[in-house]
Amino acid sequence: MATYSTNQFKNGLKIILDGDPCSITENVVVKPGKGQAFNRVKARNLKTGRVLERTFKTTESVEGADVDEMAVEFLYSDGEYWHFMDSSNFEQYAADAVAVGEAAKWIKGQEICSMVLWDGTPLSISPPNFVELTVTQTDPGLKGDTAQGGTKPATLETGADVKVPLFIEMGDILKIDTRNGEYVSRA
Amino acid sequence: MLLERALMLKNIRAFFHERNVIEVETPLLSHYSTTDLHLDSLQSRFRDQTCYLNTSPEYAMKRLLACWQKPIYQICKAFRDDELGPTHNPEFTMLEWYQPGYDMLQLMDELAALIEHLCHGSKLSPLDTSLLASPRFERLSYQQAFERFSGINPHQTTSGECYQVAKVNQVEIPQGLGLGEDEVNDWLDWLLTQLIFPAFKKDCFTFMYDYPATQCALAKVSENEQHILVAKRFELFFGEMELANGFHELTDGVEQLQRFQQENQRRELAGKQAGRIDENLIAALSHGLPDCSGVAVGLDRLLMALTGNVAIDRVLSFSWENA
Repeated sequence: MATYSTNQFKNGLKIILDGDPCSITENVVVKPGKGQAFNRVKARNLKTGRVLERTFKTTESVEGADVDEMAVEFLYSDGEYWHFMDSSNFEQYAADAVAVGEAAKWIKGQEICSMVLWDGTPLSISPPNFVELTVTQTDPGLKGDTAQGGTKPATLETGADVKVPLFIEMGDILKIDTRNGEYVSRA
Repeated sequence: MLLERALMLKNIRAFFHERNVIEVETPLLSHYSTTDLHLDSLQSRFRDQTCYLNTSPEYAMKRLLACWQKPIYQICKAFRDDELGPTHNPEFTMLEWYQPGYDMLQLMDELAALIEHLCHGSKLSPLDTSLLASPRFERLSYQQAFERFSGINPHQTTSGECYQVAKVNQVEIPQGLGLGEDEVNDWLDWLLTQLIFPAFKKDCFTFMYDYPATQCALAKVSENEQHILVAKRFELFFGEMELANGFHELTDGVEQLQRFQQENQRRELAGKQAGRIDENLIAALSHGLPDCSGVAVGLDRLLMALTGNVAIDRVLSFSWENA
């Protein structure tokens, strides 16, 4: 595996810290004018999302993390694993519940997701920013209480619960913003 | 901000004009590079020859001094590889001047006089206007600073003691900073940035002088009152930000060559390319550099201090990102 010297540090570089793959988000040189330089680095742990800070004596080197980001199509879930495919070479990947995380709430099949791969293993899955899903369960809205004001809960075909306007009915197809889990419009 | 910069440059030139210090220009592009362990020259190319952008105009100015023997100053760009951050830009503006016959303390006084001149000449009304009305100065030796703010004597400390001080003060220990005896200077540099500089008074100009002899660079080395060898080197800070570095200059060509060679050995040990030693400078020193003191001031940082800015890109027309 490649190692990187501190003078190769830049935002987005993937390195191993505490055994986990991390992405550098900030790199500042700390240095007395004629003295030894140090690199103070902020990095996001790609497994946990936590940000950590670390300082290196300049010219130290750090192990690089073999991390790829790629677009993959969601195929199906077998209950334990979620299966994705790289449509360019039909290679398939099985991601566990930890890697899929919140994305599981928004994907039903055929969506193009973004996958972070570390040493060939899926590390995290990001769903498309917007998905279209059918409402499977919601209470009827009250008559006359149409376009404005008020929301009610609705369950989507993937099992996700979202707040929707009162006029939404079972069987409607909705556009959802997966980044905040909010209803956008009827599709 | 550009107007404030223009005014600062005008005031600097007026200050030196009045004191009969002559403005000079020397090449920014040189056949030679720095041997300083902790600086790296940027490389360029003329036809098929590798050449280097200066990390400071020091060598060329000393060559002028050796043949001219007169006080000189220069305002120019300096370039350093791998230096980028809130107070670093790879290209920056430097003021450097030399006073034949001055010792270190006299030059520190002249630098303080220049700062006062610039504070009074500034048209800005920054947050702290009292700074401009009457700038405050502190003077501390390197040893006093360490004793006061970390409790150790830097001239007699060990890596182990520095490590303990870091632990006690909850200073992060950088990866790669070991406990070998040759690493004491690296430890001192780390503690400087984490414990000593932050303890300097805010909104105050602090001089620190008499550096450890092992950090002499191009300064004379002599005994202090406690008969410890120290480098006649000083730095000036505003708050915890370094503004200037000055020397009572080493004039011995033979010793300077030895120091360059030693620095190159240390560079190679650290896995860096050796610098190309400036033979013209060695020849000039051997010819006879007058006894003198010289100082380099980072003008971008000085402008930050004068205008109350905390990021260098706020005082540059175009910072590295947009250069």
